[in-house]
Amino acid sequence: MLEGTTAEIRERKALRINPAKTCQPIGAMYAALGINKCMPHSHGSQGCCAYHRSQLTRHHKDPVVATTSSFTEGASVFGGMANLKTALSNIFNIYEPDIVAVHTTCLSEVIGDDIPMIIKKSAEDGIIPEGKVVIHTNTPSFAGSHVTGFSNQCAAFVKYLAESSGETKNVLNIFPGWVEPADMREMKRLAEMVGVEYIMAPDTSDVLDSPHDGKYHMYPDGGTTVAQLKAMGDSFLTLALGPLASTAAATELEKKCKVPNKVLELPIGVKATDEFVNALRLAGDTAVPADLEKERGRLVDMISDMSQYLHNLKIAIFGDPDHLTSMVSFLVEMGAKPMIVITGTPGKKWEAKMKEICSETNPEAEILAFSDIHYMHQWIKNNPVDLIMGNTYGKYVARTEKLPYVRFGFPILDRVGHRAFPSVGYTGGMRILEKITDALFDQRDREDPDHEVELVL
Amino acid sequence: MNSVNTPSSIRVLDERSDQVWTKGSGKEFVCDKKSAAGSVTQRACAFCGSRVVLYPIADALHIVHGPIGCAVYNWDIRGSLSSGSQLNRNSFSTDLAEKEVIFGGEKKLKASLLELINFYQPKAAFVYSTCIVGLIGDDVGAVCKQVTKETGIDCIPVDSPGFKGTKKSGYQAACEAAYKLVGTGDTNGISKYSINLLGEFNIAGEAWMIRKYYEKIGIQVVSTITGDGRVDDLRRCHGAKLNLVQCSGSMTHLSKLLKDDYGIPMERVSFFGFEDTARAIYAAAEHFGDPELMRRAEELVRDEISKYAPKLKEYKKRLKGKKAALYVGGAFKAFSLVLALRSLGMQTVLAGTQTGSAEDYEQLKEICDPGTVIVDDSNPLELAKFVLEKDVDLFIGGVKERPIAFKLGVAFCDHNHERKIPLAGFEGMVHFAEEVANSACSPIWKYAPRRQAKALRLPEPEPTAPLACEGGAA
Ligand code: SF4
Ligand code: SF4
Repeated sequence: MLEGTTAEIRERKALRINPAKTCQPIGAMYAALGINKCMPHSHGSQGCCAYHRSQLTRHHKDPVVATTSSFTEGASVFGGMANLKTALSNIFNIYEPDIVAVHTTCLSEVIGDDIPMIIKKSAEDGIIPEGKVVIHTNTPSFAGSHVTGFSNQCAAFVKYLAESSGETKNVLNIFPGWVEPADMREMKRLAEMVGVEYIMAPDTSDVLDSPHDGKYHMYPDGGTTVAQLKAMGDSFLTLALGPLASTAAATELEKKCKVPNKVLELPIGVKATDEFVNALRLAGDTAVPADLEKERGRLVDMISDMSQYLHNLKIAIFGDPDHLTSMVSFLVEMGAKPMIVITGTPGKKWEAKMKEICSETNPEAEILAFSDIHYMHQWIKNNPVDLIMGNTYGKYVARTEKLPYVRFGFPILDRVGHRAFPSVGYTGGMRILEKITDALFDQRDREDPDHEVELVL
Repeated sequence: MNSVNTPSSIRVLDERSDQVWTKGSGKEFVCDKKSAAGSVTQRACAFCGSRVVLYPIADALHIVHGPIGCAVYNWDIRGSLSSGSQLNRNSFSTDLAEKEVIFGGEKKLKASLLELINFYQPKAAFVYSTCIVGLIGDDVGAVCKQVTKETGIDCIPVDSPGFKGTKKSGYQAACEAAYKLVGTGDTNGISKYSINLLGEFNIAGEAWMIRKYYEKIGIQVVSTITGDGRVDDLRRCHGAKLNLVQCSGSMTHLSKLLKDDYGIPMERVSFFGFEDTARAIYAAAEHFGDPELMRRAEELVRDEISKYAPKLKEYKKRLKGKKAALYVGGAFKAFSLVLALRSLGMQTVLAGTQTGSAEDYEQLKEICDPGTVIVDDSNPLELAKFVLEKDVDLFIGGVKERPIAFKLGVAFCDHNHERKIPLAGFEGMVHFAEEVANSACSPIWKYAPRRQAKALRLPEPEPTAPLACEGGAA
């Protein structure tokens, strides 16, 4: 299918071929879905909203609700104030959320709608019922990427809602970063094992991985409550997981409510999970429970068991910056050799950090932010690898190059595992290891000549 | 109140109350409204509509001029198959950045087009402008003209910014764009018995099946527009003698242009279900008035039906009496589905579309049974409400409806662009029945609370339905 892709890398000034990122609002929508009884609202034309909902639905295979201002030609000329006010009134009347999280789209950004002003007006006009909240974030897609949108939405939770009562509580804030519902669940399990009281925001577990109960819940049980978002201002410390996704919110909280913070990488792999667990332990002033030590031991054991297959395994990988940082570190821990690491999200600092991580095993690694899958494909043609990792869009490259493929990141439109099993924590590490070795061995079992096929691997 | 536990707990958005109609209620019904601001509409935008229609033209370059998201979300999500070029499955975007939003994106568009054309040597290029392009004042038409001149490759602007309206207005823009190619090719060698198939997108290879029917009876298919589409086919499609228009919503405009400018008559057809398929084949044969064609058509229909009818009977036994809800893009599809479901012994109790017109809904009302709820531009709460109220067994819809149906313990069949198996034609009807039966009778429903409750209330009396599934008691 990508037969047209050649090894000859042409300089491209202008365009994006097979992007490794998408636009901001979908990130904001995903974050907002992690708030209990929250209606994400897309201020723009209805197409954007429909696209974001469909894409999230394809990834999570769960209903995704969000509303739209349904811009028409008129709104694009005269501004979207009337649309937003009508929208808010309709939303509160019929869908009855506790909170509406408005994000912009490219269109409303270019028009320049002043959302805070419109929210204020709506409040004055009695459109926002007593006790209900409307918050907003700007998510122009011509800057940053979907991860930026997620980060902006998280910061907006704090900006609008966090309060400090003056009394610090023995509670830890956790900003989980853009991870799967199953990952958030796993982070909570770890925090509970270590014995820390926490507030996690956002929390999409039990929202986008809701069980079948024969009913349609417009607002499933999960999600951080507005009360919890407010209480975050009284916590004694914030752990911000995933620098790109979570730093903004943590910084905002420090500024607004003087809650100090610690920014950590996403807890994927041994070291990053150690750091997370250690931070939890320090925060809770407790010890790491023996059971968790054992989980760690099982992961290390599994890596060592498989190490002969992992050493110098050449890997091409693309995805979102935070995911990549931890995943690539994990690959290096296993002894694998990341050859090319690509993200569509812009970020010079991230490039430098990744160079550092790769320098142990492969100082020559090709690291690029603001790139695309097409480039990665061309590069692979010149520098063969053993395995590719990335979201669903990479599967055509793997197919064309006849290479094993491991899915991770967002979006995954063609597999189910990410919905159920975490990638974070020690157990998540084992799952990633399983996926990598399965992919390698399945390919070998299928394609090696008879005399080379081995029963025991 | 936001969990749908009791059907009565859901209200219909006031502004929308005239977009919901129950057959027999005598109330006026309104459609073609813009979605109410603040509704959880299942609708997409004009740009999406134009992408849907033009995307299957496989040897053309499709580039989205706009910020990155608009290009990503419709990247390779349609099941329109191509027998050759797969160029259309790539995602090309100008990925507009802040700079261009301020200073304009024409330069970037031009550079992108030149690079891509130079590299891929496509047969033509379609340039889609999204919402913000109009706003920042880019003259996409002028850029296209320049690049066409410089490269000799037709670059065609598709003017469908999302805010222009629903998918339907995008269809119109797509037709206009496609029409730019029509009339530029050589029509030599086109038979006097020849047709174009409009509005057939070759999802899961359906166009290939349909094409065969006509070729078998001696009618040449000049082009399928746009399934497995090729630029050169479009260029010469004005040489065909008849247009068969499926999915009226998307292609009415193009067929009208072809009628006005080239005098090609058109017939609305559907290839869904035995009856409609047979009718579509006869329609062409009849049009050309050659008894030999008709004889062959009858023979083909007879053969096909005798081949597939027995299989269908088996499924019918399992499906008899089950109730279906459908929420699909266009109204014409809804008509076909109602009839096809009826032929399987099923009753349609809820029918809705994203973009039906007044005329469409009139016709839909006609063919539905009394008590059927008809909705225009619905939302999840409403749909869930009606599904429970009407005690539906099967839901037919698209990606956003699927998980809702499953959560309610209702079987689901994708009759949208993401479907994976061909449902058109005689053979397709059997696939359809199979998919419906598999989903409606899935063993998993044994564990679904709603079905369990239902099973307790209404124990299935044996042996009225010998093949009836467990759990799915109805
Ligand atoms: S207009 Fe912007 S927000 Fe909307 S889909 Fe396109 S990139 Fe995303
Ligand atoms: S910006 Fe406009 S064209 Fe793009 S997805 Fe949104 S509504 Fe559609």
